[in-house]
Amino acid sequence: MSAGSVPSGYEVNDPGYPIPQENYLTNSKGILSWAFTLDHKRIGMMYLVGVCSAFLLGGLLAIGIRLHLFAPDGILFNNGLFKWLAPDKAPNDIYNQVFTLHGAIMVFLFIIPSVPAALGNFLVPVMLGAKDVAFPRLNLSSFYLWVCGAVFFVMALLASGLDTGWTFYTPYSTTTDSSVILATTGAFVLGFSSIFTGLNFIVTINTMRPPGMTWFRMPLFLWATYSTSIIQVLATPVLGITLLLLIAERTMHIGIFDPEYNGDPVTFQHFFWFYSHPAVYIMILPAFGIISELISVHSHKRIFGYRFIAYSSIAIALLSFIVWGHHMFTSGMSPITTIIFSALTFSVSVPSAIKVFNWVATMYKGSISLTTPMVYAISFIFLFTIGGLTGLHLGTLATDLHLHDTYFVVAHFHYVMVGGTVVAFLGGVFHWWPKMVGKMYSELGGKISAAFVFFGFNLTFLPQFVLGSRGMPRRYATYDPEFAALHQMSTYGSLILGVGLFVALFVLLVSLFKGKKAPANPWGGATLEWNCTSPPPFYNFDRPPVVGDPYEFGNIEWDAESDRYVKVEPKRQIVPSEKPADSPAHASE
Amino acid sequence: MSAHENAREGYDFAHPLPLPLLAGTFVVLTMLTILTVAQASFEFGSIDVLIVMVIATVKAILVGAIFMHLAWDKPFNIICFIGSFVFVGLFIMFTLFDSRATVKDDIPILDDGIVTASAEK
Amino acid sequence: MATTDAGLASDAHDKPGHGHSDHGHGDHDHDHPSYLAHHFDTPEQQFDSGKLGMWLFLVTEVLFFSGMFCAYAIFRSWRPEVFEGCSQFLNTKLGAINTGVLLFSSFTMAWGVRCAQKEQHKLLTVMLATTLSCATVFLGVKAIEYSHKWHLGLLPAGLFSYDPANLHPEGGPNYLAWICAPFIAITIGVAIWLVVSFLRGAKFQFECAKPLFVVCLFFFVGVGLGTILESGADKEHSSHDTVAVSDAHGSEPGEGHAAVEGHDSHADAVASTDAEPATDHSTDLALIERLASDSTNTGLKADLEARKMQSELASGGIVYDVVDDTSATVAHAEDNVLRPSRAGVFFSIYYCMTGIHAIHILAGIGVMVWLLVRSVRKDFNHNYFGPVDYVGLYWHIVDMIWIYLFPLMYLIR
Repeated sequence: MSAGSVPSGYEVNDPGYPIPQENYLTNSKGILSWAFTLDHKRIGMMYLVGVCSAFLLGGLLAIGIRLHLFAPDGILFNNGLFKWLAPDKAPNDIYNQVFTLHGAIMVFLFIIPSVPAALGNFLVPVMLGAKDVAFPRLNLSSFYLWVCGAVFFVMALLASGLDTGWTFYTPYSTTTDSSVILATTGAFVLGFSSIFTGLNFIVTINTMRPPGMTWFRMPLFLWATYSTSIIQVLATPVLGITLLLLIAERTMHIGIFDPEYNGDPVTFQHFFWFYSHPAVYIMILPAFGIISELISVHSHKRIFGYRFIAYSSIAIALLSFIVWGHHMFTSGMSPITTIIFSALTFSVSVPSAIKVFNWVATMYKGSISLTTPMVYAISFIFLFTIGGLTGLHLGTLATDLHLHDTYFVVAHFHYVMVGGTVVAFLGGVFHWWPKMVGKMYSELGGKISAAFVFFGFNLTFLPQFVLGSRGMPRRYATYDPEFAALHQMSTYGSLILGVGLFVALFVLLVSLFKGKKAPANPWGGATLEWNCTSPPPFYNFDRPPVVGDPYEFGNIEWDAESDRYVKVEPKRQIVPSEKPADSPAHASE
Repeated sequence: MSAHENAREGYDFAHPLPLPLLAGTFVVLTMLTILTVAQASFEFGSIDVLIVMVIATVKAILVGAIFMHLAWDKPFNIICFIGSFVFVGLFIMFTLFDSRATVKDDIPILDDGIVTASAEK
Repeated sequence: MATTDAGLASDAHDKPGHGHSDHGHGDHDHDHPSYLAHHFDTPEQQFDSGKLGMWLFLVTEVLFFSGMFCAYAIFRSWRPEVFEGCSQFLNTKLGAINTGVLLFSSFTMAWGVRCAQKEQHKLLTVMLATTLSCATVFLGVKAIEYSHKWHLGLLPAGLFSYDPANLHPEGGPNYLAWICAPFIAITIGVAIWLVVSFLRGAKFQFECAKPLFVVCLFFFVGVGLGTILESGADKEHSSHDTVAVSDAHGSEPGEGHAAVEGHDSHADAVASTDAEPATDHSTDLALIERLASDSTNTGLKADLEARKMQSELASGGIVYDVVDDTSATVAHAEDNVLRPSRAGVFFSIYYCMTGIHAIHILAGIGVMVWLLVRSVRKDFNHNYFGPVDYVGLYWHIVDMIWIYLFPLMYLIR
């Protein structure tokens, strides 16, 4: 290619350079160009497809659980079909396996990689203004490790199921006949995948920032991803060794966790929760990042308390390492330790509350456009607040002794994980979908899906708070008839939630074929990803991006003529992000 | 090629360590190993573990600071590495605190006895 | 910091055709040298990224091992007498020698990084080969340690079958031969490669195969060294033949007995002055003295000193106080040490920690072979020595973990 035909900003010398006007989706073709791609955007898209498939599988299992619990004696797995499918298993065994696989698949295959690996891979380098992540090959290998882990889980499902619960507690996990080793190997491999992603992002954010991109000019999504990555790097190895020791315990009876050989099951729980409590923040922190972006962009107003949100992400990441004991209040920990952990647990609520207050303050007097992503973001704030506050009941030692292992816990973490992370994930997908595929979706369809999800979700899990506080234990296949009405409400709710998710999927898939072409900046965002075309070119930017304030909306306006947001005046000069811009629109802050 | 690159920014950043420093570190490390083996024949009671761990930590610091040239490295890398030990400390501290507080290691003297010949054959 | 510097340089890329003249380097036509990945702007940015990535990886390694150190701490604080008793089964000599070998390999690795930075390609290859040789010696010694313990039935809790009355259970597999088999196969493979590449005149391949063959041989040096130290005076120093080694190994003199007898005497006479261990020490001493006289190994000499001191102490009548447990009497605790229900956990943790450490050594060998091939190819220069540096960091942390493992496992009193 001759130098003359290339617009400035391109590097002609690079052999991997695509033809201009092509985007990352079209610059090379064929299955192999995807399978061996080193492009972070393609890897992110492959992750998106992967985690959504896992979500579908886990979701179907969830529907199975709810349908079974429709009647006090169970319905679904009593059906003759399951007798025919698994002749040697009682309905209750099937139920145990279904809820275990639901949990394990949702946690390890879906939620943990959902936002960081799928959206994060796509967005981190683009938001940062970099060409790619620091280690593209590691990035691809991380995706294939995810696939490998998923294969192990499916093998566990097909071999003899898994009935330990996703927590693999000993001694049951060392004695059960189900395929614990396959599943733990899968989780071990997925741990590596997660570590590689986190490691890559930390290095990328540290060393690949272009000139002008200072730490405090980074979008808050990057701060959240960075905090997540810290947890991934620090906590996941401990899961690795725990699962490895569990495998050794099953095969060689090393007597560390197994009481039969004078091991100590509480030690297993310490090991497991040292990872898995921080892992809860791996799941929710990136969602916080998404919401920070969504609230600010769709309120067209500078994010309130930028530094507080940024620091609170880091604070949550670090604090998450000293509260794991609150999962073990009833496991036989010493009383003094339970008191310490209970006290420490409350510390996490401070940075979480800071975020919620800042989001609400951002919306205050903003010009909110109720787009689909914004509807999701608002429902996130509502649901996450309920989930977070009920967490305080569980962190309190005295109430937890009553609520432990009841449906209250189930409802609490579903409010955080589904009401929080999944809703934020959906909001994020709707927000960046135009950027990812270059097509606009139907706003109406999107909002309908959000309404279904919100309504269905609350109908599913609000009754479970009541069930739990009235004493319905979790993980039971049958229950007392007095709980029937609430369980039935919950089952109806889960079906509505399922419909909402399918509507969302449908809306997005239809947009691929029928959607109109997306402009570069459909929402009026100020972060760097809206500076490149939709979808972005192979190296993300046609010219090196000029890094400005990520939350300066004063110079972005809706242009009705071209039906898109445009920059109104080139006054966009680098304003220090910590000070409010000098434009009058922001004087209200 | 290298002569040209020397003048450019982002090039020529290598920092070779002097050989005597490396060799000296190795000698000191070997001496410390001898010391740690030697001290094992004395009886120090409960501070015994402490002594051993202090010697090991001195050795680890030497390896880290000089062989891994952490002493000349970027502050962020140092923070990362030191930070990992902080988290290891948290992990072991809490877990050990709990397991010592429970004192539940009451292994019954079961029928397992001191293994008899039949166990293996 | 670095990124902003790097970013400034990237401006030169923006206008193709101008970039080179800006710098006045007409003679090289790439802003990106071949060793610089396309998404980095300068070699320094690439190096910093790789280095930070490596440090983060080391952080994950530290936390990975922390789980086992945590298990160690818990069970040692619960059962100090078990750890003390079982630690006697570990051969301090072998542990000390392996420590020395790893420290030396760390030194040569650090030297290798220096060579890469100074573009001393030949010396770099030598340094990498030396480091690799130390790694294989380490594994050779470890093979002896493991096979010896497996033979005695000193296994993890569930498989623990140690029986003081029957130290040589018949019919067990020849563990040493099984461990050595893959190494023998690899050695033969490398030897064939060496010969073929020599005959075909493939100079590059020959240059690679030569050091690798030496590296392979050093595994058997390690096995030989371990055998001598483990099994006593009647072994030939130069015994590289694994079959002979394992046969001789079967006769089972030396350390195993000494430790066991020591135990028995503890159990029998709690307050005695330990006459029997003292004699064991003196026989050991004679053995090591002899070995140290014909070996240049410093570690061995150090050990000799320690042993001398120890035997002096023993003959001076210092009671070898093994138990520091408030709840149990000495005899009671001794009685419990060798029950599988208790002793097993020590060996579980021992095998988990040293085993995973050995797996890390194997992984290190793998990447260093790759480095060695690249160093023969002269891939590294003063702007691109990252891979050597990163592998070096990895190798040092493996060493660092051993620095902690050695006293925690081998030197418990």
